[in-house]
Amino acid sequence: MISLEINGKKYQVDVDSDVPLLWVIREHLRLTGTKFGCGVGMCGSCTVHIDGKAQRSCITQVGSVQGKKIRTIEGLPEDHPVKKAWIAEQVPQCGYCQPGQIMQAAALLTENPNPTDKQIVEAMSGNLCRCGTYPYIKKAIRRAAKEGKKV
Amino acid sequence: MKTLLSRREFLKTTLAGAGLTIAATMTPFGPRLLSAQEVKKGFFNPSVWIQIRPDNIVTIVVNKSEMGQGVLTSLPMISADELEADWKQVRFEEAPGGQRYIDPNWGMQLTGGSTSVRHMFEPLRKASAAAREMLRVAASQTWGVPVNECDASKNTVRHTKSNKSLTYGQLCETASQLPVPQNPPLKDESQFKLIGTSVPRLDVPDKVSGKAIFGIDSFAPDMLYASIARPPALGAKVLSYDKDAAEKIPGVQKVASIDDGIAVCATAPDLAWKGRDALKAKWGKGSHPELNNETLEKTFLDHLKKEGAIALNRGNAENALTRAAKKIEATYILPYLAHVTMEPMNCTAHVSENRCDIWVPTQNQSGALEVAQKLTGLKPEQIHIHTTYLGGGFGRRGFVDYVGEALQISKAAGKPVKLIWTREEDIQSDFYRPGYSCRMEGGIDDKGRMTAWSHKIVVQSIFENFAPQMVKNGIDPAAVDGIEDMDYEIPNLHVEYVKLELPIRVGFWRSVGNTQNAFVKETFVDELAFAAQKDPLEFRLNHLKNPSARRVLQVAAEKAGWAKPLRKGASRGIAYHFSFGTHVAQVADISVDKKDGTIRVDRVVCAVSCGTMVNPNIIVAQMRGAIIMGLSAAMKERIDFANGGVQTANFYDYNELRMNEAPEVEVHLVKSKDKIGGIGEPGLPPIAPAVANALFKAAGVRLRTLPMLPETVLKAMKKVS
Repeated sequence: MISLEINGKKYQVDVDSDVPLLWVIREHLRLTGTKFGCGVGMCGSCTVHIDGKAQRSCITQVGSVQGKKIRTIEGLPEDHPVKKAWIAEQVPQCGYCQPGQIMQAAALLTENPNPTDKQIVEAMSGNLCRCGTYPYIKKAIRRAAKEGKKV
Repeated sequence: MKTLLSRREFLKTTLAGAGLTIAATMTPFGPRLLSAQEVKKGFFNPSVWIQIRPDNIVTIVVNKSEMGQGVLTSLPMISADELEADWKQVRFEEAPGGQRYIDPNWGMQLTGGSTSVRHMFEPLRKASAAAREMLRVAASQTWGVPVNECDASKNTVRHTKSNKSLTYGQLCETASQLPVPQNPPLKDESQFKLIGTSVPRLDVPDKVSGKAIFGIDSFAPDMLYASIARPPALGAKVLSYDKDAAEKIPGVQKVASIDDGIAVCATAPDLAWKGRDALKAKWGKGSHPELNNETLEKTFLDHLKKEGAIALNRGNAENALTRAAKKIEATYILPYLAHVTMEPMNCTAHVSENRCDIWVPTQNQSGALEVAQKLTGLKPEQIHIHTTYLGGGFGRRGFVDYVGEALQISKAAGKPVKLIWTREEDIQSDFYRPGYSCRMEGGIDDKGRMTAWSHKIVVQSIFENFAPQMVKNGIDPAAVDGIEDMDYEIPNLHVEYVKLELPIRVGFWRSVGNTQNAFVKETFVDELAFAAQKDPLEFRLNHLKNPSARRVLQVAAEKAGWAKPLRKGASRGIAYHFSFGTHVAQVADISVDKKDGTIRVDRVVCAVSCGTMVNPNIIVAQMRGAIIMGLSAAMKERIDFANGGVQTANFYDYNELRMNEAPEVEVHLVKSKDKIGGIGEPGLPPIAPAVANALFKAAGVRLRTLPMLPETVLKAMKKVS
């Protein structure tokens, strides 16, 4: 049995410890906002927070995150500045990569509430978007940073 | 959004006749409008549904798949505007798969070719206008006043003189008893309230919260997960595999041979893949073991020597070329490309004795229905296709190979299965943008005008397998798209197509033949302009009469500061292309690192003219997205072949543009009275030639191949210096 804490809730899952966290989150616990994109940590669609840091759940073994705090897109409050900025800037097109983008951006702003454009690009270049929403993502992060400061 | 099952319930209620429902079916004489009662009689196959319920909610059923292009917003906008609905009261429902929801122009339920708004604009407006008129008549009868004194606006009919008003919800039951007018008056474009405004997308909140349900997020009770061991080489047959070893993996419940390989079903996805690996399947050499990058290149060049089918012969290009003051020749070879939708191919299917359910992110519900009928032997009414959100489409999801696989596996397992392709399967089993070669000859006279253009294209046929009736006189329309119908005024034009036969699956890749053809056409026009010693913008304008074509070029050039000097080390290129009914011009500002050959695209300015604009923000987003995808293809993407199969596997060897290389893109919307044009694809073709033309200005090199990798650029630069 693996014990997990996701979005403040405790779960017990009967899986091997080497199973990727992604599949436990999505298929066992049905928190399907976290997406599968590549399985090798190169696209960022599966990004979640582990103890506040953005991590690729597709290459994270579930056994390694016991006792840690996991947060998925479902656990990020709807009034979080990043989610609000994503709606205000109308970022998504197909939307599939966006939960990963949002989690990556939220972690960036926690670490660095006032990132420069260069820092935004550095933090976000691991997340692929085939629809090409990058200009919108950049704008939304700038907006969220501004909004975050007001709070 | 409601769950998929409740959508079906919704449709059942719709047919049961609560409130006012309008459907439409396309006839040779235009759309015929129907009430729910007539639909139930079953004479027609209506493709549009509008429902107004007593609770004053207006629901628009969208028969097109949402893959990022915004149809779940733009189609309801068209309807709501004509209906005079209150946008806040408007909801959308994704139509299930079925004959009732076909595209009236195509007779199929299919999303592609940048046609959703173009094909649905008229039927949606007519059906919505009919509903609006019926609501007005219902009010006039209720109040005993003339109908022309009853005004419809914001879900309400008002009679100003008597200060009476009733909401659509209050009127819908009465209105549903009235005959459906067949020719309701349509609003003049100047009366549009929603069309032309950038209302926020209706799908965005669910896509931000994580609640949006994509195909991969489907679950069926007691479902198994499926994986497939596939042949590494094209046409390879299985020699042996260890079924027992796979079955020994805990959780593996079924191993079955299917058309495309060996399927393993298990209780979790990771176990299905473990089972697949345990098979240790051994494969034969395949049908074309010699196929690799080098042999392909040779094949493409050899085929240029063959005679092809004539797509167009205007004037006499051969003669005119011999008489030209200057003549230029060029040969291009372009690579195969993968779609790489962020959501890998997947399908959840449940085949039982007398029912089949398919949950699938598809652009082609009709194709899914056809394959399901074939594989299950069930009747169309026993097959239920639930369209989810699509995590990207770009043409890939017009093919239903993965639906057939899921159906076969569910049949073999006797249970619902969710088939999830790995990224490797997704890249190695694509219907690729076909590899392409061409040879062009162009001639100019002593005044610097293009007099002749001869163009031979070698490419596999997409349509011969997808829709063979589209291939006429040996010409696949996708192969010559954008060349035989180019806007440039050239008196002598010869376009020839040599069909290439290869076992590689090819398909529609965002903007299809226009991607390759715009690249070679627009770089070659640039080359001819240079030979004529003319400015590339002026040269293009000299050969264009179409006012919208001229306008987009002028706007893009002006906004980019075409005539103004650039900062040191930067250069600028321009390109124009017309596709899917829409004119697009783009200017790219780039800089080239002369030491390592890296191209940096700093800024792109785009001008687009597409006639009526439904939602300007969505148009801008589609332009930006298409430019970035087109740039990714032009700068980085290529499928590699080795040992008779696809060698490229995942994002570590299929490189895509990331945020660090994405330029700022400025989009200018150019108004026109032209017929409404498509938006999903036409933004893509001009970007590659705009960058390549800027590269020529910067470094004096003309690349005859893509992608523009630094090493390719460096090699070309060394050659010219």
